[in-house]
Amino acid sequence: MRAALFWIFSTAAVGSALGVVGSLRSPINSALSLVVSMLALAGLYILLEAQFVGLIQVMVYAGAIVVLFLFVIMLLNLRGSGAAGAENQPIAKALGALVAVAGTLWLARTLAASRAPWPDVEASFGTTQAIGEALYTDYVLSVQVAGVLLLAGIVAAVVLAKKKID
Amino acid sequence: MGDISGFHFQIVAALIFSIGALGVLLRRNMIVMFMSIELMLNAANLSLVSFSRELGNDQGQILAFMVMVVAAVEVAVGLAIIISLVRNRDTVNIEDTSQLKW
Amino acid sequence: MAMSTVWVSIFLFALVLLAFAPVMTWVERKQSALMQDRIGANRASILGFKALGLIHPLADVIKMITKEDTVPTGAHRFLHLVSPFIAVAPAIISFAVIPYGGVYELWGTRVSLTVADLDYGVLYVFAIGSIATYGSMLAGWAGNNNFGMLGSIRVSAQMISYEVALGITVVGLFMIFGTLRLTDMGILQQETFRLFGFLEHAGVVGKGNGFVDAVTIPMWGIVLQPLPFFMFLTALMAENKRAPFDTPEGESEIVAGYFIEYSGMKFGLYMMGEWIEVVVISALLTAMFLGGWSIPWVREAEMIAAWTPVLGENMANLAAMVLAVHVFLIKVIVLIWFQMLIRWSMPRFRYDQVMNLGWKILLPLSLANIVITAFGILIVQEVTR
Repeated sequence: MRAALFWIFSTAAVGSALGVVGSLRSPINSALSLVVSMLALAGLYILLEAQFVGLIQVMVYAGAIVVLFLFVIMLLNLRGSGAAGAENQPIAKALGALVAVAGTLWLARTLAASRAPWPDVEASFGTTQAIGEALYTDYVLSVQVAGVLLLAGIVAAVVLAKKKID
Repeated sequence: MGDISGFHFQIVAALIFSIGALGVLLRRNMIVMFMSIELMLNAANLSLVSFSRELGNDQGQILAFMVMVVAAVEVAVGLAIIISLVRNRDTVNIEDTSQLKW
Repeated sequence: MAMSTVWVSIFLFALVLLAFAPVMTWVERKQSALMQDRIGANRASILGFKALGLIHPLADVIKMITKEDTVPTGAHRFLHLVSPFIAVAPAIISFAVIPYGGVYELWGTRVSLTVADLDYGVLYVFAIGSIATYGSMLAGWAGNNNFGMLGSIRVSAQMISYEVALGITVVGLFMIFGTLRLTDMGILQQETFRLFGFLEHAGVVGKGNGFVDAVTIPMWGIVLQPLPFFMFLTALMAENKRAPFDTPEGESEIVAGYFIEYSGMKFGLYMMGEWIEVVVISALLTAMFLGGWSIPWVREAEMIAAWTPVLGENMANLAAMVLAVHVFLIKVIVLIWFQMLIRWSMPRFRYDQVMNLGWKILLPLSLANIVITAFGILIVQEVTR
């Protein structure tokens, strides 16, 4: 059952990743493929007993970041990339695909030597409580730095996107 | 979990990462390039969470969480930059923003 | 999946979709009519039998199904078809974690009246709620219409703004209850605390004072966190795009905003989604703030233990289960009435007022609430040590 779910989610993730990169007609199609990819990845995280990370993936990535992408695409009324000719680079695409596949196969060969079954983890692995305890005791400095980073990002985004009032 | 092990998750992460990298290199639309960067970040997250499960250690998940925070900030700032660029030059093709090239 | 979960899911599905959704249209019509001193829709009848206007939902459905389903030229056909489903699905899926009751031992099987008793129940509702943004956002864009696009932009900005306030307002409640699981919250809300207990701790009255011990209040969420209840309700109503927050829907030059290009059953699906979400909001608020399925001052375990000698263990559990579902649904209905009341008595907010409320009022208040709740918990822990 979990193996079936893994194959479904990973096929959806890789397929929609191809949809993000390969949809030439409109960036909205890319954005929607990105949503499907995020949701499939969230499914994979939950299969990996990472409940908190999986839910935050849905809430933050699929629910806010891609909404922001779609919002910008709609606001600026962006269509295709304009110069459709520039997107047509068959040699580069073929070479790139070749390198990607070769790299993945090489990775597979390297990793195949050390395939081990997974250890059993306790029921509280990856729960909100466990992650929360770790974040606020061992990694509290990272949380503070993340807060400052988010504040800087908010201020930067507001300043950059404001229309100049002359 | 059947015969699915960390190996399978790493291969999926590698595939998504390479697709994202190809997207950044080969596409000319600014927004799609940015989305490919997000794909790469997600692939790295998947790799981190998969190793975290394999080793029974939650440090990978915490690092994945931090990566998500950084990605959120980066998307906000990056999209603000893209909005300014598109408003100024009225094009979303990245070849038209190469004034600083030699 | 255990057999008990299967028939609970069927029960919930039947209850929610087949019972609540069409009846909500009738409630909206009749309640608004009562509030506005008129009669409301009362013409639809079957063989002269009017049933107080309850035939109207059936008439509505027949009308919507037989209407022509127009798709404008230049529209994105796939998105136009799929958006209503993306809008309705999150509202229905959110029912998976709503606890209609606790866990009961019936003839050997443990029946849990929650379809999926997740460890992170409330987080699941928030995650699913953030997906609901897409249904409305894509609807306006898919119609290839300027007004629809404007409605889309407004609705996406409104929904993601209130998601922030949504999450932070209930952090105080999570701190007090120490859990995200909705059934645990329901059980914890059955405890009581003494209202005048602080007098005893301050040394004003001695221990064992009869009056101090008698005045107890159930530890409901609304008693522990009164302001967050209203903030959460506001944020949820803004997410639902109903009540005074329907700028994206009713505004945009009075035309229907982001569902401007929808007719027939697709439009009906959007409406259904909104009404089902009203029920979800009420159910969530009941489970978290209003004590869930329990009668105040009655602990369910003690109640079952008191009934067991009289009725036998199975029948006691069954009676408690039926009572729990009834109590829960009564509270949900009260909250539905309250939301309808707000919807029909307040004028629509202006768009900048909506954004103002979400960012400048709800967010600072919820952050202040977290700090105050933390101090409160520390003080209570120190005093009752």
